[in-house]
Amino acid sequence: MTAHGATARRRVRNRALWFWTFVGPFAVGLGLFTYVPLLWSVALSFFDAHNTVTPTDFVGLDNYTALLSDDAFVDSLRTFLVFTAFIVPTTYVFSLALALMVNRVRRARAFFRSVFFLPAACSYVVAALIWKMSLFNGVRFGLANTVLGWFGGDPVAWLSGTDPPWYWLVIVTVRLWLQTGFYMILFLAGLQRIDPGLYEAAAVDGARPGRQVLWHITLPQLRATSVAVVLLLVINAFQAFDEFYNLLSDTRGYPPYARPPLVYLYYLALGQGQNLGLGSAGAVILSLVVVVVTVGQARWFGLGGREE
Amino acid sequence: MEDAVVRVGRALRLVLLVVLALLFLVPFYLLVRNGLSSERDVTAPEWAFFPSELRWANVQELFDDPSVPFARSLLNSALIAVATTAGTLLLASLAGYGLARVPYRHANKVFYAVLGTLVVPAAVTFVPSFVLVSSLGWISTYRGLIVPTLFPAFACFVFRQYFLGFPTELEDAAQVDGLGYWRTYWLIVVPNARPVFAAVGTIVFIGAWNSFLWPLVIGQDRDAWTVQVALSSFTTSQVVRVHELFVAAAVSILPLLAVFLCFQRWLVAGVERSGID
Repeated sequence: MTAHGATARRRVRNRALWFWTFVGPFAVGLGLFTYVPLLWSVALSFFDAHNTVTPTDFVGLDNYTALLSDDAFVDSLRTFLVFTAFIVPTTYVFSLALALMVNRVRRARAFFRSVFFLPAACSYVVAALIWKMSLFNGVRFGLANTVLGWFGGDPVAWLSGTDPPWYWLVIVTVRLWLQTGFYMILFLAGLQRIDPGLYEAAAVDGARPGRQVLWHITLPQLRATSVAVVLLLVINAFQAFDEFYNLLSDTRGYPPYARPPLVYLYYLALGQGQNLGLGSAGAVILSLVVVVVTVGQARWFGLGGREE
Repeated sequence: MEDAVVRVGRALRLVLLVVLALLFLVPFYLLVRNGLSSERDVTAPEWAFFPSELRWANVQELFDDPSVPFARSLLNSALIAVATTAGTLLLASLAGYGLARVPYRHANKVFYAVLGTLVVPAAVTFVPSFVLVSSLGWISTYRGLIVPTLFPAFACFVFRQYFLGFPTELEDAAQVDGLGYWRTYWLIVVPNARPVFAAVGTIVFIGAWNSFLWPLVIGQDRDAWTVQVALSSFTTSQVVRVHELFVAAAVSILPLLAVFLCFQRWLVAGVERSGID
């Protein structure tokens, strides 16, 4: 009996050892490079930390009150909201429409899928470069202005004017081009999982192909995919940095408009002042915002909790 | 009648798809057009769909230009992307297997700790990560550019889910043969899990090659620039001539187009796994 118990205990200990052999390196790395910086920045956010990571000047909540009363910070959150309001519905509708069409096309389906997915291989930096220096470069012989000219339109200074804010068109189309194919792939996968029997049954019941089938079968069956797509779109919009930075900043720095949260944070923490205390407070606030947004959405869609 | 309507609808859909596909290819066309133009053609006052000559010499001139550290940045990106992919696959697959298969009392707590980091994306915490890396003295080093990115929770999660769905018979047989967890993993599991390695590897490679914010923050010296940082600094400072900028951008996406075309199947599988599961 006791001998048996000892073997069992040894086996349990053995398993713990094996578990940490497998999981340990990843877990330690994740702890060191994700949890430690987060906790450290919570600590830093209570200090006056210019150009230093081991500050001594405790300032309490000053960094937080300074940030929340900074118009530029509040404005960055507003920029995120405007950007989200543009990019989430357009990407959603556009990628779903592409998926529906590619799914039903009989000829060259693989070709169309590849072409629409191809921009996923392109970086935001390269895409922003093409948009800024060629497509929407604001001079008369740029492609967008040339096309406008065919229809008798005047050239538009796409990125340097704020009235009207044409830069939004440039920013939104970059991301639309880059990520639509990615979400189309998700929708295509969702469409493949729909039981063909449902469509047959609908046909037998006399449902007309087209809108009726779309509203009553396809869309409800795509619910899980749709929820995932919207969650990902919002999270990705919140992290927008690359295209804003590369489209709008130049030798004179970044213009005072269209600063999303990460661009704001970048100039705050790594700009001239290197104010890491303020930057850390910003990171803490933005982390909280993103957690609230994600969890809020998941709740809204009735996700999370026990399933899986 | 009905048939004709269906046929017209199908033709319209095909036409629409062809038009959209052409629109999607316009940016790639601009990349090549501008990259292979002479300086005069690129800045010509009238738009021309095709340059008067295709200047392949632009590629040579780009690599010969001593004021532009382009070759070095390509090398940096290649090293970083390969090391990040290899490291992530090794660490995340081991962790995923341990979480899926080795029974341990606290396995669930560890799993939730990993999952928790999915909620706060790494980009949002770049300031604290910068603080950590700079106090380690890793600014402008390969270590600083690579090591902190080796632990994406999504990769571990995808591996765990995959191994959970793996039939246990093979592993049970291996255990009976006295192989133990470690050798079972390397001799039985890894050779049979190539699809998930290919899927996660393709996603991680593309992400590492295209990553911008982290290399911008960490790779501050010119010698530590990745290709994205180099391109960005050319774009925003406008010191480089336009056709040179475009040929550089075109060269920078060639490796990815190769990866994309060779691994597209796995990339699609990877997107499906990481997007939905």
